Order: sequence, then C-alpha cells, then structure tokens
Amino acid sequence: MNLLNIRDLYFSYGEKLVLNNFSIDVEEGEFVSLLGPSGCGKTTALMLIAGFEHAQKGSIILGGDNINDIPAHRRNMGMVFQNFALFPHMSVIDNVAYGLRQRNYKKDEAYKAAEEALNLVQLHGMSQRSPGQLSGGQQQRVALARAIVIKPRLLLLDECLSSLDRKLRVEMEVELRKIQREVGITTIFVTHDQEEALTMSDRVALMREGKIVQFDKPNVIYEKPRDAFVASFLGKANFMEGIIESSRDGQYVMKLANDELLEFGTKQTLTLGAKYTIAVRPEKVTLSTGPAENSRIRGVISLVTYAGGTTQYGVQALGRDWIIQSQNDTVHGANFAVGDEIWFGWQADNSLVL
Amino acid sequence: MSKRASWLLVAFSFLVIVVLIAPIFISIAMSFTTSSTLMFPPVGFSLKWYQAVIQQPKWQDRLPVSLIVALVSSILATTISTTTAFALARSRVRGSGLISTLFIAPMVVPAVVLATGMYFVWAKGWTIGPLSFGGKLVGTIIGLILADIIISLPLPFILVRASLGGLDKTLEMAAKNLGASPLKAFFTITLPLILPSILSGFLFAFEISWDEVVVASFLSSPRVSTVPVAIFQQLRETLDPSAAAISSMLLFASVILIVLMTLVRRKPKITEEE
Repeated sequence: MNLLNIRDLYFSYGEKLVLNNFSIDVEEGEFVSLLGPSGCGKTTALMLIAGFEHAQKGSIILGGDNINDIPAHRRNMGMVFQNFALFPHMSVIDNVAYGLRQRNYKKDEAYKAAEEALNLVQLHGMSQRSPGQLSGGQQQRVALARAIVIKPRLLLLDECLSSLDRKLRVEMEVELRKIQREVGITTIFVTHDQEEALTMSDRVALMREGKIVQFDKPNVIYEKPRDAFVASFLGKANFMEGIIESSRDGQYVMKLANDELLEFGTKQTLTLGAKYTIAVRPEKVTLSTGPAENSRIRGVISLVTYAGGTTQYGVQALGRDWIIQSQNDTVHGANFAVGDEIWFGWQADNSLVL
Repeated sequence: MSKRASWLLVAFSFLVIVVLIAPIFISIAMSFTTSSTLMFPPVGFSLKWYQAVIQQPKWQDRLPVSLIVALVSSILATTISTTTAFALARSRVRGSGLISTLFIAPMVVPAVVLATGMYFVWAKGWTIGPLSFGGKLVGTIIGLILADIIISLPLPFILVRASLGGLDKTLEMAAKNLGASPLKAFFTITLPLILPSILSGFLFAFEISWDEVVVASFLSSPRVSTVPVAIFQQLRETLDPSAAAISSMLLFASVILIVLMTLVRRKPKITEEE
C-alpha cells in the first residue's frame, strides 16, 4: 500500500526551476533512494516532504491526507541531516529526548525511550556526553536515534553517510538498513552515491533536472536502464552509437560514427538503417586470447587497473576506447598486460538498446 | 619563530601594554592623593576623595541617573538588535542591507554630529506629516535613555548578527522536524546558542552608555546629568581629585563587566560520563 504519493510538484527558486513535475509513490515500509547528480533537485524534494519548503504547484499526500499546508513541526517526520545537526548545547540523551519532550512526554518517560533508542543504535552509556565529544559515526547514530525515537511516519535521510570515511560508511549502510527493517519505518534516502543507493534501497529513483528519470528496483535500474543517462550514472558502460547496416539471426552490424563496423547480438529487433545507441556494462564483456563465440572483436590492452577482486582493462578496438572488467576468479589474477592483443565480446542478452 | 624574534615580540607587547595601561594607573594612583588638587605622583595615601565622592550630593544624584540610563538603554538596545538581527537572518526581507547599515550607523557617525541632531529633535521635536517625535526631552532620563539606545545599538547588533550567521541553520530545522514550533525552536535551540553573544552585546551596550560623554552633555541639564558628564565638567573647572576617585570607581565597574564578559564567553561544560 502506498504511504506517500507525490503528484506533479513544481518548485523554483526565483528563475531556477528545481523540481519540474516531480511525482513518486512510496509504499509502506519501503526504503527508497532519491539518487542524482548535484543540482538535480533531490535535496529540495526532501525539504518539500519535510515541510521546510513549499511547492508552487502539486501535492504531497501522506497516508491519504494532503499535507501541503501542514507546517514542518506538525508533520511527524524524522530527519537525519547531512551534518547531523545535533544540538551542541545539549547532552546526547537530551538530543534524543528532544522530540519526545515536544510531544509532551514526561522527562523520565522521554529519557527511558531515548535510552532504548540509543541502545538500538548501539550507543550504550554515552547518554551524558556532549555531541562534540563523539566521533562522526557516533554522531550519526545519535542523529538516527533522535529521528526514529519519535516514531515518525517517514524517515528522511539527507546524504547522511557522505561525511563518514569509507569503511565506516559501509558499516553504517548495513546497520542503517538493519535498523530500518527492524523498526519497519518507511524511509526516503537522498544520495549522490550510486553504490549506496543500490546496496541500501528497495527502489531507487534516479533524478535529473528536477524529474525522476527511472524509478525501479536496484537490479532493474542497473540492468535495464531506460536511457544513456541512467546507464552512465549508475555504474559504467560502453556506449556505441551508429546506424544498423545488416542483420542475420539476431546478429547485427552497426556502422559507427568513425565508419568502423561493429558486430553484436541482441534479443531485441532493430530496424535496418535506423540509428541506435547500444550500451554494454564492462563486467558483461568477456575477454579471451583468441576469437571465440561472443568474443569476436579484436583489440589491444591499453590500461590495466588491478582492484583485488576484479581487474579493469582499458582496451583499444574499432578506433575507440573500451572499458572491460574481469573477475579475478583464480589466484593467478589478471592475465593480460598492456600491449597484449585480445578478443572480446558479449552475449546477446547483455546488449542494452537505449 | 626564532628566539630573538619572540623576544622582540614580548618587548613590543610589553610596550603596548604600558602605553595602554599607564594612563589608567596614573588616574587610579592620583585618586589616593592627600593633596587638594590632582597631581602626579600623588602625595601620601588617603581615601578621603572616595569619601568625598560618596558624600557629595552631586555624585549621589548622578550615579543613579547613570545606572538607570545605562541599564534600561542597554536592555532595550540589546532586545531591539537581537530581534532585528534574527529577523534579518531568517527572512528574505527587502532592504535588509539598508536596515543593517542603519543599525551600525551610530558607530560610524561622529558623536558630535549625532549629538547635535539629537539635541534639536529632543529639544524641539520633529514632525513629519501627522507623526511627531521628541520635544521637551532634553534634561530628562527618558531623553538620555532614548539617545543611549540609539548609540549602543551597533555592538549588540553586530555581535548577534555574526553569531546567527555562524549558527548552523539546520539546527533550527532539526528542532522543527522533531516537533518544536518555530517559537519553541527559537527559545530552546537558537537562543541558548546565541546567548553568549547577546550577553556580550548587552555588556558592551551598558559600557557604551555608562561611559558616554558627548551625547550626554548635549542632552543633560544641571539637574539631570550622568557621572561622566559631571567628571568632565568638574575637570574643566577645578582639578579636584574626587574626579579621579569617581573615575577609578567607574573603572572598577568596567573591570567587573569585563570579567563578567569573559565568564559569559566561556563555553558551558557538559559533564563527562559518570
């Protein structure tokens, strides 16, 4: 069931249109990411949901009620800010209990609930500290406890992991997701980090210029991107643009802009003489030492980037650069060196027709 | 820094301190003289001029005036500048630059110019269409308070505005997000965080009014006047050491204020893990 329906939001700062016909439906209990490059309007969308900004047009419906005119402090939403926004003049426990005190809880009840929330985020015995005495990760946990202790209708997370270092971030990603499932709270997470969005979300909404371009499950949005923007923003891809010259049994020959001919397979039916953009993900490409089925393009390795579990190759072929990623599935690891002649290709399934 | 350079720095600092502090010490020293005129070095040691200050009706009348004017004007100036600074920081008002400039202007405009203008308005009144202001305010406590509000506005305004500017706006948003009304968010989050600046602003405002001579001498009458004006007048007429005594007393009050300011500026500590 949908908890949140956003319909056709328009929002502009002066001349600049920030949200343009922004619509999204979020189900009860779902973890949804708003992903996009900076300036795409994702944070503004969150601010509108939280009630800190007001749309010029459109409606925000929460649990069937239009909340457009409800001020931020009566929306009952928990938000974790990018900088955590902990109150520096209050102890940790007072920070967490703040929302409950606004809901007229008695002091001891508020403290009791706040302690429970702090235990949930694994901050035992820190309640009397001041926020300034905590590490970034701990501050993040306090901010999270403060947001969920009020049992909000929606949990709003604004790029709240981006200030943590990488290792801590990965840890927090897992933990945040665990807590979110435990509490069963519907969550909207704003991020510019595609990996974060893919690993944490039930669904990812990829935004561009104030609109949602694609809203799907992480695997769908990655494997079936709607257009070149989605394909390039989420993960890497080799893009090929050209005119279809001939076809035979699902194999097509495409004339690229530099007049080179590319042969590839696809499950889709393409029209002869029409212009297409084809994309293939680097990890979907197979490399071999000689020509083989699905490996019919000849190239030369120009760059080797070893990354432990995988190796990424830069390859020169058909007069352009390609990125190919291969799994290091044996201890012998990367098999190719710069200057090696190789053959590569991909299965018909893996051609993304955009 | 090399040893030599740091030694030079110490010497220079010392020189500056001497130049700054010497006049103050001279004035204090002279207040203890037994002679009947101001002289340096002082002769002997006595508290008789302090006694004279306490007993003379001239000072007895002026001290309460100075205190009331300084206290009321600094409270009002701080309140006005705090609310204005908050309004300017939190809303997109047109002409906010002009308002800021007007609040800082009393610090830039020469005191004599301000005093002359005030004198005419306070004495004669000023009428624009149906509105009129002032008239018959010279030589009244209210007149002095109004004038001191204006001249003490800039410092609290600048301090509070800077403090609000450095305050993370998301703190207030977080408070609202957690269910605090805008008013509650202001009183529980913003106000405690800018309070040190407000208090420093208040102390500066008090200090400005407490020390003010130029404007106060225009707006005083023989019956209602402030301590600094009286000191100035007395020094022009006689070299009575009681002026040095009252100056030292004023200085003592200022020192207390500075100590208070330092205490206010110190960050409150939240207790460590028990």
